[in-house]
Amino acid sequence: MTMIPQTPLLRVEGLTHYYGSRLGCRDVSFDLYPGEVLGIVGESGSGKSTLLSCLSARQDPSSGRVLYQSRHDGEIDLYRVSEPRRRLLMRTEWGIVHQNPRDGLRMTVSAGANIGERLMAVGARHYGDIRDQAIDWLGRVEISDDRTDDLPRTFSGGMQQRLQIARNLVTQPRLIFMDEPTGGLDVSVQARLLDLLRGLVSSLGLSVIIVTHDLAVARLLAHRLMVMKEGQVVETGLTDQVLDDPHHPYTQLLVSSVLQV
Amino acid sequence: MTNQTNAPRPAVSVRDLEKTFVLHTQGGARLPVFAGLTLDVFPGECVALHGPSGAGKSTLLRSLYANYKPGSGQVLVRHGDSTVDMVSATPHQILAVRRHTMGYVSQFLRVIPRVSTLDIVAEPLITLGTAPEEARARARALLTRLRIAERLWSLAPATFSGGEQQRVNIARGFSVPYPVLLLDEPTASLDAANRATVLELITEAKQRGAAVIGIFHDADARAAVADRLFDVLPVPSQAA
Amino acid sequence: MTDTGYNYAYLDEQTKRMIRRAILKAVAVPGYQVPFAGREMPLPYGWGTGGIQVTAAIIGQDDTLKVIDQGADDTTNAVSIRRFFARTAAVKTTEKTVEATVIQTRHRIPETPLTENQIMVYQVPIPEPLRWMEPRETETRKMHALQEYGVMHVKLYEDIARFGHIATTYDYPVMVNDRYLMAPSPIPKFDNPKLNNSPALQLFGAGREKRIYAVPPYTPVKSLDFTDHPFEVQRWDDCCALCGATDSFLDEVITDDKGGRMYVCSDSDYCGDRRAAGHVGPQGVDADAYQRATAAE
Repeated sequence: MTMIPQTPLLRVEGLTHYYGSRLGCRDVSFDLYPGEVLGIVGESGSGKSTLLSCLSARQDPSSGRVLYQSRHDGEIDLYRVSEPRRRLLMRTEWGIVHQNPRDGLRMTVSAGANIGERLMAVGARHYGDIRDQAIDWLGRVEISDDRTDDLPRTFSGGMQQRLQIARNLVTQPRLIFMDEPTGGLDVSVQARLLDLLRGLVSSLGLSVIIVTHDLAVARLLAHRLMVMKEGQVVETGLTDQVLDDPHHPYTQLLVSSVLQV
Repeated sequence: MTNQTNAPRPAVSVRDLEKTFVLHTQGGARLPVFAGLTLDVFPGECVALHGPSGAGKSTLLRSLYANYKPGSGQVLVRHGDSTVDMVSATPHQILAVRRHTMGYVSQFLRVIPRVSTLDIVAEPLITLGTAPEEARARARALLTRLRIAERLWSLAPATFSGGEQQRVNIARGFSVPYPVLLLDEPTASLDAANRATVLELITEAKQRGAAVIGIFHDADARAAVADRLFDVLPVPSQAA
Repeated sequence: MTDTGYNYAYLDEQTKRMIRRAILKAVAVPGYQVPFAGREMPLPYGWGTGGIQVTAAIIGQDDTLKVIDQGADDTTNAVSIRRFFARTAAVKTTEKTVEATVIQTRHRIPETPLTENQIMVYQVPIPEPLRWMEPRETETRKMHALQEYGVMHVKLYEDIARFGHIATTYDYPVMVNDRYLMAPSPIPKFDNPKLNNSPALQLFGAGREKRIYAVPPYTPVKSLDFTDHPFEVQRWDDCCALCGATDSFLDEVITDDKGGRMYVCSDSDYCGDRRAAGHVGPQGVDADAYQRATAAE
């Protein structure tokens, strides 16, 4: 039995970001363990996306630290290491799934090339291998291989999102950031995507930080939740604790505002 | 720790547990559920929580599982060679206890879209590291015992009847041989044959040494499996 | 004699010094695009303003200038630029590759091997090879700085996926000195091997984008490819119709409205030399007849 949790993959300490004098997020601290899915919930403008940007090396925070346990080089302080190191990390050990697939895909090149790009970016130079891997990953996200050479703009919204996920996972990252991955999709398409994500997360042992305003999505995917309001974390805990026994007034409001089907 | 005698140690030991809901959306109303609650449950015994509707039996069960967060007190669970207090434990410890030690059969199945009945039942074993085929074999055996027709196994249970969903839920809860089992009305909405099967499963769990804590509204069922009753009484509402 | 009213080689001395400094930096960092303060030239962008400024900055009265456009010395653009420097810099001009010390070019590298005494000046429309994938200049500069070039292979991948082979035929991306990704200007990929380890200094000027870059003599220049789809140059089934050459880059020439066509050397000087030396292609005439015919015109 594994009783003692391993070393955290990500340690976040006092992360704060201001846009000028306006608060983005303040004093956020948490640990993320290998294989763990952390949900960040809260309404628009609560600082979720700012936090995600600061966590994923896309926005220098005003203060605070993000420490990442890298595959080969031990713990690295994200905003202390050089930019090349950080960018390499983003290509190899991390992935980002954007809400809008257009932000995460190259719309002018084929689906196969979209997946292959991450491989080529880390040095793959054998066309046949790259293509085989691309087709394999298309299959794993339930896109048939006869769409390999089609442009993503000929894909439906759900397919584009699945392609984005494949593009991120092909280099076997350990940590994935997701920003409202099911936003703007029909519920039936959402369900399929969530199911796929659940399966991939558990079979690959991925760690995930997922921002969503949809509590049902959070319940399905996240082990733990952080509830944000006005840039600050107001409540954290196991997902079922936070949703079934919310303590903070804001969380209670959030949970009680969900329509029951 | 100090005591190395052969006296049986409780599998679950509840110490001075207190739970009050504060409803901020309703003007900060305070709803005390229980306070000063103390209970020991030993391996191989079944304790039935007893008390009128609304007394907080389900709340207690959920508090033991750390689904609800008690205000104070301890829920000490024997977890392998260590003891974990579910009230103060970290989320990772709680998840480890839930994976290995403590099973919980809720009143309703939480349906996951597109996941088949067989996989729902096999999932807790697979999470523990059991080979998927072995886990599915165990799931098939349980579903067969609980009379879920084989043609339904590959379907997601969203469209199943209440009774069928409850039986899938029970199969899932009994898939792993947990040392501690929490059962919230496991026999409700079941026909006689299936009720008997569930009681058999509980008895088998006790025989392998599981500590069972349950809520049984059905007096016959309670009598059949419970070794003793534990009274959960409503806290007298405080005068405003 | 130079035209009065202009400084030698048209540009003022300060401008030429500024361009020379940019060239020195470009030579020091092979393949790196050095920004420079490009001047307005008396011809429109796209006609070789970058190349002319580079030539103006390096040319001296001892030089002999050759200008080619699509390999030919007798096209409008080539003739105009040659005439421009004859008037403003009083240099000798030539159509002979072997006689030239400075060769300004658009679209070709001469077939005749270059020497250490020659400088190639390329006119470049789009100096940034990554532009096709990444529109932001800030980002492409960062990609060069960090050598993040994987995306360049995406273009080649797309070619193979669509056509079964790398169909990019000109401006084929190269790695210079194992460090910088470089657009070789719109030369056919047939000429890419000539960039590698060339004894001549090669300078590239982009007038509209105001960038200068260079490949110093004897610098390794490698064309990008995949291990299972290695770089290849174009081949023709035909030989040059006039001189019979099988090793040169051939242009297709439509000869009538009935689908008649012939293939001839794109390098007019090379073709002429071969014919003068007695080589005759299937539709060619011997050298004497050729000279009589051209003299009569």
